[in-house]
Amino acid sequence: MAGQTLYDKLWSRHLVKERDDGTALIYIDRHLLHEVTSPQAFEGLRLAGRKPWRLDTNLATPDHNVPTTLKERAEGNAGIVDPVSRIQVETLDDNCTSFGIEEFRINDARQGIVHVVGPEQGATQPGMTVVCGDSHTATHGAFGALAHGIGTSEVEHVLATQCLIQQKMKNMQVRVEGELGLGVTAKDIVLAVIGKIGTAGGTGYAIEFAGSAIRELSMEGRMTICNMAIEAGARVGLVAVDETTVEYLRRRPFAPSEEYWDAAVADWRELVSDGDADFDKVVELDAAAIEPQVTWGTSPEMVAGVGAQVPEPAAAGDETVQKGVSRALEYMGLHSGQQITDIRLDKVFIGSCTNSRIEDLREAAKVAKGRKVADTIQLAMVVPGSGLVKRQAEEEGLDKIFLEAGFEWREPGCSMCLAMNADKLGAGEHCASTSNRNFEGRQGFGGRTHLVSPAMAAAAAIAGHFVDVRDFSAERAANDDSQVQEA
Amino acid sequence: MRKFDRHQGLVAPMDRANVDTDLIIPKQFLKSIKRTGFGPNLFDELRYLDEGYPGQDVANRPLNPDFVLNQPRYQGASVLLARRNFGCGSSREHAPWALEDFGFRVIIAPSFADIFYNNAFKNGLLLITFDEATVDRLFQEAEAEEGYRLDVDLESQQVTTPSGETLAFEVDAFRKQCLLEGLDDIGLTLKDADAIADFEQRHRQARPWLFRQAG
Repeated sequence: MAGQTLYDKLWSRHLVKERDDGTALIYIDRHLLHEVTSPQAFEGLRLAGRKPWRLDTNLATPDHNVPTTLKERAEGNAGIVDPVSRIQVETLDDNCTSFGIEEFRINDARQGIVHVVGPEQGATQPGMTVVCGDSHTATHGAFGALAHGIGTSEVEHVLATQCLIQQKMKNMQVRVEGELGLGVTAKDIVLAVIGKIGTAGGTGYAIEFAGSAIRELSMEGRMTICNMAIEAGARVGLVAVDETTVEYLRRRPFAPSEEYWDAAVADWRELVSDGDADFDKVVELDAAAIEPQVTWGTSPEMVAGVGAQVPEPAAAGDETVQKGVSRALEYMGLHSGQQITDIRLDKVFIGSCTNSRIEDLREAAKVAKGRKVADTIQLAMVVPGSGLVKRQAEEEGLDKIFLEAGFEWREPGCSMCLAMNADKLGAGEHCASTSNRNFEGRQGFGGRTHLVSPAMAAAAAIAGHFVDVRDFSAERAANDDSQVQEA
Repeated sequence: MRKFDRHQGLVAPMDRANVDTDLIIPKQFLKSIKRTGFGPNLFDELRYLDEGYPGQDVANRPLNPDFVLNQPRYQGASVLLARRNFGCGSSREHAPWALEDFGFRVIIAPSFADIFYNNAFKNGLLLITFDEATVDRLFQEAEAEEGYRLDVDLESQQVTTPSGETLAFEVDAFRKQCLLEGLDDIGLTLKDADAIADFEQRHRQARPWLFRQAG
């Protein structure tokens, strides 16, 4: 018999019951909540007279609607100008209070984007099932946890039963072997994967990311990759547990106590796919061949290397795909044959559950240091993923680097990734964004989003248009060398 | 949940692949804490020429005459014909809430995104997957023939076209049963409360660190 994949192991560890109709009851270890997808679930519980099955698995924080300017944040919920947004955040507070669920409120230092907060607190652990009413819950799979987004009906279902009704997914392995080039990051890997398999390529699969290039990544990098598994259509992204995983979790507030630590680590080390496990599909990429990526269209699969040109619709595939490309180019105000590096930008957003962790900010700061944001950029903003990321970045002086370069340094939240708060694009504006979706209108009505890595976003802010961050990095390296020689 | 057994309805063809949930219901409408009232803002950025906001009276907003649902011949449509990967993107259940509130009962496409697929069935919508060639043909027929209606029978898992042709579709047994009976799946799961409690106890013994100490 063939061995088990990591996904198979996680599934069988949580299987409560298999039903005759092909569905299964799966037990949920961690349930994260935010203000947008939970109010109707709590209301459903109330209407049915039900109580949460188990309180200690739930952890909540408001993130989508929260303002990111210090002035508004100073006033707490009262500082949320839009009354509809304010009510949604207040509703989360009220629900958490009345049901007894732990919540990091708007001005708690631990507040932030739910997918940054969970791992940072050690509330996401290997071997867990982790769900949240948010498709980017795939992020937590970076820890060898079975994590995926759910709808509001399922939020209510998990609250009431601690279980979900599921069908087993198929297994896909994405192997990325070799060494990444200088300035090429986890974001570029995952965009390249989506470019290769398409936005529906992973539908019905749990994708395990493997290979030497994945093993070399930090937890932050692995989270970036798993985060965007959903942009390839896969609800679940996974990375096997190794020393990097274990070290990240040590001494985090929600991590296993001293009493259980050794047993937990021994248990976690089993969370790898067996050598003889069967995958339904295997996709391979050469890390060394991946260029810094930039999306040019309105779907994450519409992506190219920074050295490329905007493509011809005719070269895109069948008629449906060609129509999609033509429509995307019209919406984006781009034309076939245009160099990606000729795309001029109006705004730059560094943040989101994809790229707002400390390592992301360090990479962006490395590029921004000693340089200035181009005059033609109306707004370049850095939005840390949590209050704790912000604090750490400030301890490292990253805030000063950004501010001196002309970036705005904001308070934590989802911000311009989906523009539910006041941070948004105007119609026709082009934005270099470290977020995860370049859908029409996502960052604001008529806004034009280009997905890139934090380093590429910072470089674009400096240049006013896309540039190959590898040239920036090379220039910086040369300067550093000459300074060393002078010294 | 509303029951679904059989539905006959006017078909609206939306010729566009990868329709994402941001397109189905833009983010500003997700601020509502209710489950209802999203219909007027379904496909808001495609349907109207201006930018919409929550709580607005949509009656005076400028309509986009090119958008399929604004065309007179598709008024009252309850079957949406769509292209591949419909419903990709976020997990917002507001997307099926908006489709249902607008009046859709059935969506037919070559493929759907996983989370959307799941959410839709929990709200009384029937999602039917046909191969690309069949969907292509339905597009041609629906565009060619004004008043084109389909008869969708869940019990027998068949769609009947105006010419009398029948097309069989697949749907898994659990979802079919829930739709036919309008079942509340939380109530159904709680019938297994003992099995859940037993599992939980074994899980706690095997991996006690997954259970935080009170306080």
